[in-house]
Amino acid sequence: MTVTVDYYIALSAILFIIGAAGVLIRRNPLIIFMSIELMLNAANLAFVAYSSIYESFTGQIFVFFVIAVAAAEVAVGLALIVEIFKSKKNINIDEMNSLKG
Amino acid sequence: MHLSETVNTGFYFLAPWLVFFPVIGLLINWILAKPLKFSENMVGAVASIAAGASFIVSVLLAYSVSINHGEVMRWQLAEWIHIGDLALDWTFRIDSLSATMMLVVSGVGTLIHIYAIGYMHEDVRYKHEEGRFTRFFIYLNLFLASMMVLVSGDSYLMLFVGWEGVGLCSFLLIGFWFEMDTLARPSWANSDAAKKAFVVNRIGDFGFLIAGFLMFWHLGNSFQFDNVFEAAKSAPPEIIIAITLFMLVGVAGKSAQIPLYVWLPDAMAGPTPVSALIHAATMVTAGVYLITRSFPLYDLVHEAQNIVAIVGAVTALFAATIAVGQYDIKKVLAYSTISQLGFMVAAVGMGAYVAGMFHLITHAFFKALLFLSAGSVILGVERGHHAHAHHDHHEEKPKKKLGKKKKEEDEHGHGHDDHAEARRVEHVETFDPGDMRNMGGMRKTMPVTFWLYMIGTLALAGIFPFAGFWSKDEILLDASLHNQTVYWLLTVAAFFTAFYMGRQIWMVFFGEARTDASKHAEESPKIMTIPLVVLAILSVAGGALNLPFKGFHQLGHWLEYTLGAIEYPPFDLGVAISSTVLALIAILISWLIYGRNPMKSNQLDPLKKPLSFIFTGMENKWYVDEIYNFLIRQPFKKLAAFLADVIDWRFWHDFVHDTVILGTYNWIGQIALNQYADQKGIDRFFNSWADVSNWISANVRKIQNGFVRSYALSVLLGVVLILGYLIFK
Repeated sequence: MTVTVDYYIALSAILFIIGAAGVLIRRNPLIIFMSIELMLNAANLAFVAYSSIYESFTGQIFVFFVIAVAAAEVAVGLALIVEIFKSKKNINIDEMNSLKG
Repeated sequence: MHLSETVNTGFYFLAPWLVFFPVIGLLINWILAKPLKFSENMVGAVASIAAGASFIVSVLLAYSVSINHGEVMRWQLAEWIHIGDLALDWTFRIDSLSATMMLVVSGVGTLIHIYAIGYMHEDVRYKHEEGRFTRFFIYLNLFLASMMVLVSGDSYLMLFVGWEGVGLCSFLLIGFWFEMDTLARPSWANSDAAKKAFVVNRIGDFGFLIAGFLMFWHLGNSFQFDNVFEAAKSAPPEIIIAITLFMLVGVAGKSAQIPLYVWLPDAMAGPTPVSALIHAATMVTAGVYLITRSFPLYDLVHEAQNIVAIVGAVTALFAATIAVGQYDIKKVLAYSTISQLGFMVAAVGMGAYVAGMFHLITHAFFKALLFLSAGSVILGVERGHHAHAHHDHHEEKPKKKLGKKKKEEDEHGHGHDDHAEARRVEHVETFDPGDMRNMGGMRKTMPVTFWLYMIGTLALAGIFPFAGFWSKDEILLDASLHNQTVYWLLTVAAFFTAFYMGRQIWMVFFGEARTDASKHAEESPKIMTIPLVVLAILSVAGGALNLPFKGFHQLGHWLEYTLGAIEYPPFDLGVAISSTVLALIAILISWLIYGRNPMKSNQLDPLKKPLSFIFTGMENKWYVDEIYNFLIRQPFKKLAAFLADVIDWRFWHDFVHDTVILGTYNWIGQIALNQYADQKGIDRFFNSWADVSNWISANVRKIQNGFVRSYALSVLLGVVLILGYLIFK
């Protein structure tokens, strides 16, 4: 059995769906962050896979950017979570609804 | 037309100063008297000098007319009204007629100004209103200025300005003591008299105005005398009759003729110099002047002339009969004035303009004399009354001679004030110093006034050779030639004239004093008697102005300059003797009734019993005021009340305004606009939009539920939708 690009794409889609489901379902912000990372890396996997199909480095360069942005995002996000916890003593995502209309 | 050629000869340029001098006088007194604290004599002197200066101007103008052989002279002061063809200017007309009037007005006026200094000095003190002294002289000068405008105007409109001006002054001066009646009791009687004069004169002025409008419309679109007279020659006689008769209404108002004479007796409410100046000598003769001035119109229509003559003659007799039954010394003279004005109007109505003007002049002399003497009598009685009243209050004091007492009182000055209030309550209320029944025997206490009064009486009664004899005789002579009815009416009137004047003399000056006041009456000061002496001389010698003999007729020839050629009927000894004899008989009868057995105090008039209801009628002025009251005033009041209450208040105010207009607006405002258009229309429309957006926002708000995961789900669904669309499009 040869491992073709289709498998990578399929794996990427499965990872993305798992990540999205995690974001939607879980209430813990840390888990949500991990799910977001999963979705980002699913996207990275898709980039890399298509990069090898089209024999172009563009996808791979995008991946570098995504990794950098994800790192920054985690830094900001975690800082936010720490601050929220400091003020609310709780990081349940459903209770952070003060912007409700 | 005569302006430029002859303007250099004579004193015509002075004409405006006829008016300016009195105006300057009144302005000085008006503006400066208070700040500079003019004394009473100073105020009087300013006013009298203004009047005197006006008299000097009149003399110079008359002289100018005479050296220019009576040429009509116009002096244009300023432009007035220029509309289209109409050109009316402030133009003075100086001819022999207006010069005559100027001389009479300013001459008699000046004497009365001087007299008034003395009269008002006491009058304001008896009435406790010393501040009004200046006001009186301001009014007098204003009157003189207006009267000068009246007699010197060159157009009917300018004449009308003066006509209204003197009417205003008459109103102001009748109501001079506006807050009291003639006995100085608080009341509105005097101001009612002033209003009566004003309103009755408005009726006359209405006639004059109609005449003016007709004149303007039909006689050459002009008010200027010469233009009107020129146009009248070719105008239809009906128009001229209408104009002259409407003018007669004006004359009847101003010159107190039937049916509008009723204001003049009431006008005696004014101070006596006013009665003399305005309501005897000058203003009331304005009507006679007007007819004389309009002689070219009247000469064209004999029907109108006859009406004028009859009105005058009937007035002369009617008023003379009323005068017989009056008790107030000034009321007698007032009815006498109406009667004498009737003589003048009758004369000018018959075309005897010279006789009318002649009587106007002599009447100005002797009636001014009589009125001023009556004023002197009234003040004399008042002095006696006050001196006597003073006695009563100080009976413990040693009795002094009255003259001394008076002096002492003046020296101390406070004598009047101390007892002013007390007198007002105790004495003045009931005592009428003008009532002849309170007089009697005053020839002893007031000898100068007595003789002056006698001269005036003889002149008025028409006794030879006093002025009144000549002028009245001339009127009677003309009447005997032109109109028998008028002649008989006037002759009987002349008889009554002599009778009531005789009655007055006997009642006032002869017999015994009927009250303490007349017993203690005091003679008036020189400032009052000297002008009277001048007037008395004029009343004696005034007849020389126009002696009815060939070669004389000076006044006639003088007025011929204005009136054109005049025929002089030969002197008729029969008329002269019969009128004089009648007058003497009348005086004799009055002596039999009033002189032989002088009236006692509280005695009824000796004529009251034998004449019963006739005398009651005379006493009550033939109930003319009551008849007018019943026929005109009451219906008018009812009409006015109806108009005010029903038409104005109930109909216009309550119904039209409150119900219809206010109701409609209220309905439109509150119901139609507010309730329906605004609340149910506009409000609802916009409210419904607001409701819609409210509803939308309420629903949309639910989406923003604050759950991060639901937002994330939305994003996911959105991405899925967009991707689905992109894939399957």
